Amino acid sequence: MEKFTKFTSRLAPLPIDNIDTDQIIPARFLKTVSKAGLDQNLFCDWRYDAEGNPKPDFILNQPEGRAAQVLLAGDNFGCGSSREHAPWALTQYGFRAVISTSYADIFRGNSLKNSLLPIVVSPDAHKQLFAAIEKDPAATVTVDLAAQTLTLPDGSSVKFPVDEFSKHCMLEGVDELGYILQQEPAIAAYEAARVLTVDTRVVG
Amino acid sequence: MGQVNGAASKPRTIIEKVWDSHIVAQREGAPTLIYIDLHLVHEVTSPQAFAGLRERGLKARRPDLTLGTCDHSIPTYDRTLPIIDKIAETQLLQFEKNCRDFGIPFFGPRSSKQGIVHVIGPEQGLTQPGMTVVCGDSHTATHGAFGALAFGIGTSQVEHVLATQCLLQNPSKTFEVRVEGTLKKGVGAKDIILNLISRIGIGGGTGCVFEYRGSTIRSLSMEERMTVCNMSIEGGARAGLVAPDDTTYNYVAGRPAAPNGNEWDRALSLWRKLPTDDGATYDKSIYIDANALEPMITFGTNPGMGIPITAPVPDPSKIGDPLERETLAKALRYMDLPSGKPLLGHPVNVVFIGSCTNSRISDLRAAAEILKGRKVNPKVRVMVVPGSQQVKEQAQAEGLDRVFTDAGAEWREAGCSMCIAMNGDQLAPGQYSVSTSNRNFEGRQGKGGRTFLASPLTAAASALTGVVTDVRTLNS
Ligand code: SF4
Repeated sequence: MEKFTKFTSRLAPLPIDNIDTDQIIPARFLKTVSKAGLDQNLFCDWRYDAEGNPKPDFILNQPEGRAAQVLLAGDNFGCGSSREHAPWALTQYGFRAVISTSYADIFRGNSLKNSLLPIVVSPDAHKQLFAAIEKDPAATVTVDLAAQTLTLPDGSSVKFPVDEFSKHCMLEGVDELGYILQQEPAIAAYEAARVLTVDTRVVG
Repeated sequence: MGQVNGAASKPRTIIEKVWDSHIVAQREGAPTLIYIDLHLVHEVTSPQAFAGLRERGLKARRPDLTLGTCDHSIPTYDRTLPIIDKIAETQLLQFEKNCRDFGIPFFGPRSSKQGIVHVIGPEQGLTQPGMTVVCGDSHTATHGAFGALAFGIGTSQVEHVLATQCLLQNPSKTFEVRVEGTLKKGVGAKDIILNLISRIGIGGGTGCVFEYRGSTIRSLSMEERMTVCNMSIEGGARAGLVAPDDTTYNYVAGRPAAPNGNEWDRALSLWRKLPTDDGATYDKSIYIDANALEPMITFGTNPGMGIPITAPVPDPSKIGDPLERETLAKALRYMDLPSGKPLLGHPVNVVFIGSCTNSRISDLRAAAEILKGRKVNPKVRVMVVPGSQQVKEQAQAEGLDRVFTDAGAEWREAGCSMCIAMNGDQLAPGQYSVSTSNRNFEGRQGKGGRTFLASPLTAAASALTGVVTDVRTLNS
C-alpha cells in the first residue's frame, strides 16, 4: 500500500442518504476473480443509461466530478453488502477520501484497509460543504490525515476522528496482516487453551 | 470457544461474554485480536483473498475451522447441465481450486450438501452457541440465532482469517431488542425484523450488536430466529444474536458436526453459562410489542422503508429534512409509486421465495400451505428456491415440490438466486417482485427491477392473486 499523504482536491457531490454498496458496484460485476477494472463499473447504474451511454447529469460524467479525489455523500454511506469491491472500485477510479456524516461499519473497515479515508463530519459542516459546492463546483478541500483535519472551501478547518491503528497503517502504508502474523505466539497460546471446537472436515 | 468465565464480578450480556472468551491479545494502540471459531467461505468474496495468500506464500492456518460452499453465482437450473455464464463458471472453478489447494473442505456445485452459506452452517451443526463465526458476507449475522457472535467481513479480513484464524476488532456497543407478546395469525419472524428496521432505520444499529430477547423471541423456532438475526445488518448492526436455550440445544443435537457423548455434556454445561446475566446493562434498548405487529412490506429502495401492509406509502412532502425528503422522493421515483396509498392491490410480475432469510424448510412449508390446491396467477412468475440441497430433499420428501409445481411455480436448485441476481435469475427492468429476501436496493434483483420485501406468507398470497395481498384476506 502507498503511504497516505496530505492532498487538496475538488469534491464530487452525491447528495443522497444511505448509498449502498450495490449502487457503488452492482453485484453482476462481482463474478471477477481479480480486483482489476472495477472502476469502469463504479456507480454503473447511475452513471450509464440502458444503452451504456454516460448519463450527462450524473456527477462522475461531468468534468468537476471527474477531477475530484473526494466524494461528498449523504448519511450512512456504504451500507448493505460487505463487498470490498466497493472501496476497490472507488480507489481505482481515483477517490482517496469520502466525506459523510456516517458510514456503515463494514464499509468503513474495508475502506481503511484500502487507503480510502472515510471522513466523518458534523451535520453542520456537511451542509456547509454541499452549499459551497453548489456555489462553486470547483471548490476544494484539503485532507490531512496526520493532523486529522479537513480544510473546508472557506479556509476554516474541522477535526475528524480516526482510530489510531488505522491511521498508523495508512500513514505508513502498511497492512494489518503483517501485524497479526507477528502475534503468532499469542495465537498459538490461545489455540492450546481452547475448550470447544468444531471440525469442518467431518462434513466436507 | 475459549473459557467462559462464570465467576466474573460485573453482570455481562451474552455479547460481552462471547467477546471476552475470544480475546487473543490486547495491545496498546491497536484493536483487540480475537479468535474465530468458524470461517465460512464462498466463491464471490474469496478469490482475491486466496490470491493474497499465494502472493505472500502463506497457508490456510486452520482448514478444519473453515468450510467453503458455492451459492452466489451458481445457477439454479439443473446441475447436470453446463454453466452458460462463462465468467461465473471461471469463478466457481477458481473457488474449487482454491479450496483444494489450501485443503479447505468444501461443498461443490454437485454436492448433496451444497447451499447458501448461512443455511448450511446451521444445517450441518457447525454453528454452535458461544462461537465466533465470520464470512465474507454481511448476512453472517444469521448464525447469531444460536447465541454465536457472527458477523460479515471484507475480503482483506477473509485473508486475515485464512492466514491467522484471527481478526482485529474493536468491541461493539450492545443493543437490546426486546420483543414481548404474541404474534397474530399471519404475522411472523420476518415481520418482527422488518418492523424493527423500519423504526430504527438502516443505520440505527451502526456500531452495535443486537441481542434479541423477550417472550416472543423465546417462542420462535430456530429457523424463525435465523430469519430475525439474518437481517440485523439491514438495521446497521454487524451482528445480532439470541441467547441459547432448549430450543437451540434441541436443534443442534445430533447434527453431523455437533458434539456427541461426553463432549455434548461438556458443551452444554458451557453453553448454559452464556445467557445475559441478570442486572447486565445495554448501551441502547428498544421495545417491540408483538401483539400490535402487522404483516410488513417494504415500498422503497432500502429495507428501512417498510410499512404495515395496510398502511399508506409515506409522502415525501411531509418530511422536513431536505436530504431525507430527496432520498424518499428518489426511492418513490425509482419504484414508480404514488405516495399516500397502501401497496395492496399493486400488480406484481415476479414472486421470489428463497434467500438466506427465508429459504428453510419451515419457510417452504408456510408458502406451500397457502399455495396448496390452488394456482398462481398466470401473469406472475413464481420462483421457489430452497436454501440448500438438503432443504430441497426434505421438501421433496414432504411433497412440497409437487405443491409448488402443481400451483404453477418453479422449483429450483439451491442458491442465492434472485436475492442478488448474479446467476441469471433476475428481474427485467421495471418489473415488480414480492420477495422473501432481505434487500430492496435499486437493481438488487436485476437492473431496473423493483422489490417489495415481505414474508413467505405475503409472497405466497401475492403469487395467487398477482397483486400485493394481505394473507389474512385470502379466502380459505
Ligand atoms: S441469499 Fe442473498 S443475502 Fe443471503 S448470502 Fe445469498 S446473496 Fe447474500
